[in-house]
Amino acid sequence: MSEVLVYADHANGKVAKSTFELLTLARRIGTPVAVVLNAGDSASQVAAALAEYGAETVLTADDSVYSDYLVAPAAELLASLVDSRSPAAVLLSSSFEGKEIAGRLSVKTDSGVITDAVDIDSDLVATQSVFAGGYTVRGKVTQGTPILTVKPNSVAPEASAAAGAVEAVSAEISDAAKTAKVVSTEDKPQTGRPNLTEAAIVVSGGRGTGGDFGPVETLADSLGAAVGASRAAVDAGWYPHANQVGQTGKTVSPQLYVAAGISGAIQHRAGMQTSKTIVAINKDDEAPIFELVDFGVVGDLFQVLPQATEAINSHK
Amino acid sequence: MRIAVFVKYVPDAAGDRSFTDDNTVDRSVDGLLSELDEYAVEEALSIADDADDAEVIAVTVGPDDAVDAVRKALQMGADSGVHVVDDSLAASDALGTSKVLAATVRKIEEEEGPVDLVVTGMASTDGSMSVVPVQVAELLGRPAATFASEVSVDGQTVKIRRDGDTASQHIEVTLPALVSVTDQINEPRYPSFKGIMAAKKKPLEEYELADLGLSADVAGTAGATTEVLEVTARPPRSAGEIITDDGDGGTKLVEFLAGQKLV
Ligand SMILES: Cc1cc2nc3c(=O)[nH]c(=O)nc-3n(C[C@H](O)[C@H](O)[C@H](O)COP(=O)(O)OP(=O)(O)OC[C@H]3O[C@@H](n4cnc5c(N)ncnc54)[C@H](O)[C@@H]3O)c2cc1C
Repeated sequence: MSEVLVYADHANGKVAKSTFELLTLARRIGTPVAVVLNAGDSASQVAAALAEYGAETVLTADDSVYSDYLVAPAAELLASLVDSRSPAAVLLSSSFEGKEIAGRLSVKTDSGVITDAVDIDSDLVATQSVFAGGYTVRGKVTQGTPILTVKPNSVAPEASAAAGAVEAVSAEISDAAKTAKVVSTEDKPQTGRPNLTEAAIVVSGGRGTGGDFGPVETLADSLGAAVGASRAAVDAGWYPHANQVGQTGKTVSPQLYVAAGISGAIQHRAGMQTSKTIVAINKDDEAPIFELVDFGVVGDLFQVLPQATEAINSHK
Repeated sequence: MRIAVFVKYVPDAAGDRSFTDDNTVDRSVDGLLSELDEYAVEEALSIADDADDAEVIAVTVGPDDAVDAVRKALQMGADSGVHVVDDSLAASDALGTSKVLAATVRKIEEEEGPVDLVVTGMASTDGSMSVVPVQVAELLGRPAATFASEVSVDGQTVKIRRDGDTASQHIEVTLPALVSVTDQINEPRYPSFKGIMAAKKKPLEEYELADLGLSADVAGTAGATTEVLEVTARPPRSAGEIITDDGDGGTKLVEFLAGQKLV
């Protein structure tokens, strides 16, 4: 069976859930081979986690060049692996980084690239959800080595133990790839809430909060949910951009999405339309968000959210 | 300093976006400059404003109507426009489009002189792939500082801030380079009446693939590296239950969630 290269995302020895999703998809196509950059001392821990989800081989490359410069060196390494191992496909997560590695790799290998897949068949047919979720497109790469990026949270990660044999690899990185220098990095404060794109439940607030995200956060915490925001709320400076849901923010696909004080503009829908269950609280009974909901409450979020929080806490 | 800004003509997201029988995006509907490219135009213009002697060239690849995207950029203040239009470009995918854009930058360099900076949006509002900027940079062999929420140009050095989920990175590149910008970076200006009038007199160059030294199979259907097999409209979500809060809306909401086993 041919290999499928999976570009692994990891931090502090922890593999991202989205990478387990990629491995789950890769197993349908061939033998998953994970590529791990700069795991350093945590390589064995990372490899063990990858093996648990089906990585037959774990290729590790340690070189500061991968963190000193934006994406180009990682793309060169992958290009050299595509060249030497002739995989059936390369899978990456649909993050900024994943998409950019995919884009560069497609030029280097003159291959087609499909981004934002929500599913991939064993014959490499990718499913995408386009135009704010209005259409489903199935397509495939017809030239070169298929390069596919997958939206996080699109498939359920399934464990399936494999060997996870660690093999160190390296590549000669050209000077051309060492041109976008990372001069400094500032970590953002962490909230302790679940990661927005991975969370099973997301509670989002919009302009209707008037800047007070308190009721949104307390409801989220009672549900163990991540907090999202509309762009109007982000633009007003009420909530960080990293929490924005929508076309130019995150795409989420949780079990439950709660929209409070959000009108439901097409660009917002683009980021949440595929959620399993959608609930909205809005003062305006004609707000477009109500076209999407499984359950809607026409009312003031400052009344409805605290009451719901109380009911959930007493339900526990 | 010469700045090229890429502008894409896309179907209006507020209208009915759909597909034609051959599974390509229906481009007969009302279109406009991709809103995410307005940020690129704005950034290009403000970089040019701060430079001593700078010009901004708006570049689009697309069908006849796509010239509207260039016109909007000219109205906002770009100095000249380039429209690459060719029958064999229909149904181009990302890689094909990037090859044409890269060749267009080279053509501008041949005709006008060096292009110091290419500015693009973070993604198009229709395809949303975000791969064209890096593909063009890769093809041109120049550095790319992408997803910038902040850009500053100081002599030959371009610095950007790139905001990720858990950290912000500061990236530095040396000109000539490519920069892509997010919608967090600025407030795009509206064309003024004066701008709209002035745009009519600005130079607008039209090229076919042959003018760029490209063969017909570099892009379009002949150069396709991906194929769409099937397009289906998503069934509308079935209507849900909507209640009006009579003082127990929150409780009712939780009853619904409990019924769905979500709490
Ligand atoms: C290129 C582009 C990209 C974009 N990307 C995004 C994106 O990624 N994400 C995004 O969200 N938007 C995006 N937008 C913006 C989008 O078009 C909308 O402007 C935005 O989603 C509106 O946010 P909102 O629903 O919070 O605000 P509004 O549309 O102003 O809606 C506020 C709602 O709150 C309700 N309300 C007010 N007070 C209360 C109360 N006390 N209780 C209950 N309800 C109340 C009102 O009835 C109203 O429906 C984008 C736009 C463009 C052009």
